[in-house]
Amino acid sequence: MKLTLKIWRQENKDTKGKMVTYPIDGIEGDMSFLEMLDVLNEELVEKGEEPVEFDHDCREGICGMCSLQINGEPHGPNRHITTCQLHMRSFKDGDTIVIEPFRAKAFPVVKDLIVDRSSFDRIQQAGGYVSVNTSGNTIDANAIPVNKHDADESFNAATCIGCGACVAACKNASAMLFTSAKVSQYALLPQGRIEAVDRVKAMVRQMDEEGFGNCSNTGACEIECPKDISLENIARMNREYLMATTKG
Amino acid sequence: MGGLLKSSIARKVAMALSGLFLVLFLFQHFSINFTSVICQDTFNELSHFMGTNFFVQAILQPILIFGVIFHFIMGFVLEIKNRNARTYSYVKYNGAANSSWMSRNMIYSGAVILAFLCLHFYDFWFPEISHKYIHRLPEDPTRYYEETVVKFKDLWRVILYVISFIFLMLHLLHGFSSSFQSMGWNNKYSKGLRGFTVAFAIIIPLGFIFIALFHYFNQL
Ligand code: HEM
Ligand code: SF4
Ligand code: FES
Repeated sequence: MKLTLKIWRQENKDTKGKMVTYPIDGIEGDMSFLEMLDVLNEELVEKGEEPVEFDHDCREGICGMCSLQINGEPHGPNRHITTCQLHMRSFKDGDTIVIEPFRAKAFPVVKDLIVDRSSFDRIQQAGGYVSVNTSGNTIDANAIPVNKHDADESFNAATCIGCGACVAACKNASAMLFTSAKVSQYALLPQGRIEAVDRVKAMVRQMDEEGFGNCSNTGACEIECPKDISLENIARMNREYLMATTKG
Repeated sequence: MGGLLKSSIARKVAMALSGLFLVLFLFQHFSINFTSVICQDTFNELSHFMGTNFFVQAILQPILIFGVIFHFIMGFVLEIKNRNARTYSYVKYNGAANSSWMSRNMIYSGAVILAFLCLHFYDFWFPEISHKYIHRLPEDPTRYYEETVVKFKDLWRVILYVISFIFLMLHLLHGFSSSFQSMGWNNKYSKGLRGFTVAFAIIIPLGFIFIALFHYFNQL
């Protein structure tokens, strides 16, 4: 396959970036999108140019590191996958592919296609945990009965890999889907209920402080989420939050 | 922003509640207007009641005006905040791939409704207020029908009304069901509710369009 890549290049967080066009040839349909970028980078290095920086780690859809806005959609045109799981057979010979970093005020560009998603870590740190007494008489979590439905819902919420595609897709760069997944994962379990009021308030406060936008319920996040995290989690977080504010 | 509306979720819920309140009002307004195509006397009676009843005039009307102003100001506040949340916009952004046009353009459909409300107030509300409270003219319970339909003699006004109601339809196609999600209501009934909100969003504006066209053609 012969392709034209238009890639965002930016030296560091303080410089202004720009789109640069790279023609590329010899791309196989079985290559992953990241392997295609590896091919480009090898060529750039051979020519003595700076390779394109992009995030990646597991390359099997579980870590959430790979990002990339591809032709105007996070993780490209296919559903329920990350960029490392996107294969070049999804494109045609002669295509032009526009590759940009995830864009949000709360995700500043570090270099080229790499953005700083530590705002997600700070939301998690604000309340995405349960406090456990580790003095020696810890009760095994399995000793507390949980109904199957709640356990499944909680598990589904917990499959969020913190990739940031929801923020990247949202016209408002809102982090509601991510935050609501993290709130729901605990809110649905008895262990999490104990700190539920403080948790939702703290996590929403942190989300707002980081500069993410408001939710307009467009549903773009749910469609683009590689883990199929449902909008029901956002509704649950809204409920939790409303209830928490009545409790002072 | 006051303490109550400090968080993004609280602002969104306030948006939903004010929007739902406007939806209720819209339905009531439609019901009364619709009588104008069925029976002139009923329309006059209802209009006279709404225009002179103390509870409606002194309590409901100020609440409604506050609701409208609150809703559109909050709409603009949210829009500005949301734009600021993405400092650099994408070179290529394929919004149509994952969301409806209506949901992404609430501010534009809202702005058209706001412009329409200005015309609507100029047409009906200011003349009413001036009639009743400034010039304190004698109350004639049969004047409403004539005063209303005469406005629909002008083709340009009918066209503006029709366009505005189409934008109201677009606004409600997303907004009505969205407001339940905002308030945390998303469960096994949501699919059915969505059907109802979509039907409402289409039927009510079409009904308003029908009324405007009816009076236009009736007076040709
Ligand atoms: C006066 C001009 C208006 C403006 C500028 C306006 C603006 C907006 C905006 C920007 C939103 C989206 C807020 C968001 O992204 O969260 C919205 C939502 C909404 N609007 Fe309006 N609007 C107007 C009039 C109306 C009217 C007349 C109605 C009803 C008859 C209405 C009903 C709604 C509803 C139900 C929502 C959904 C709230 C939610 O998603 O929770 N709006 N409006
Ligand atoms: S909710 Fe989905 S899109 Fe958002 S961070 Fe989690 S996995 Fe990624
Ligand atoms: S590199 Fe780990 S999810 Fe893509």
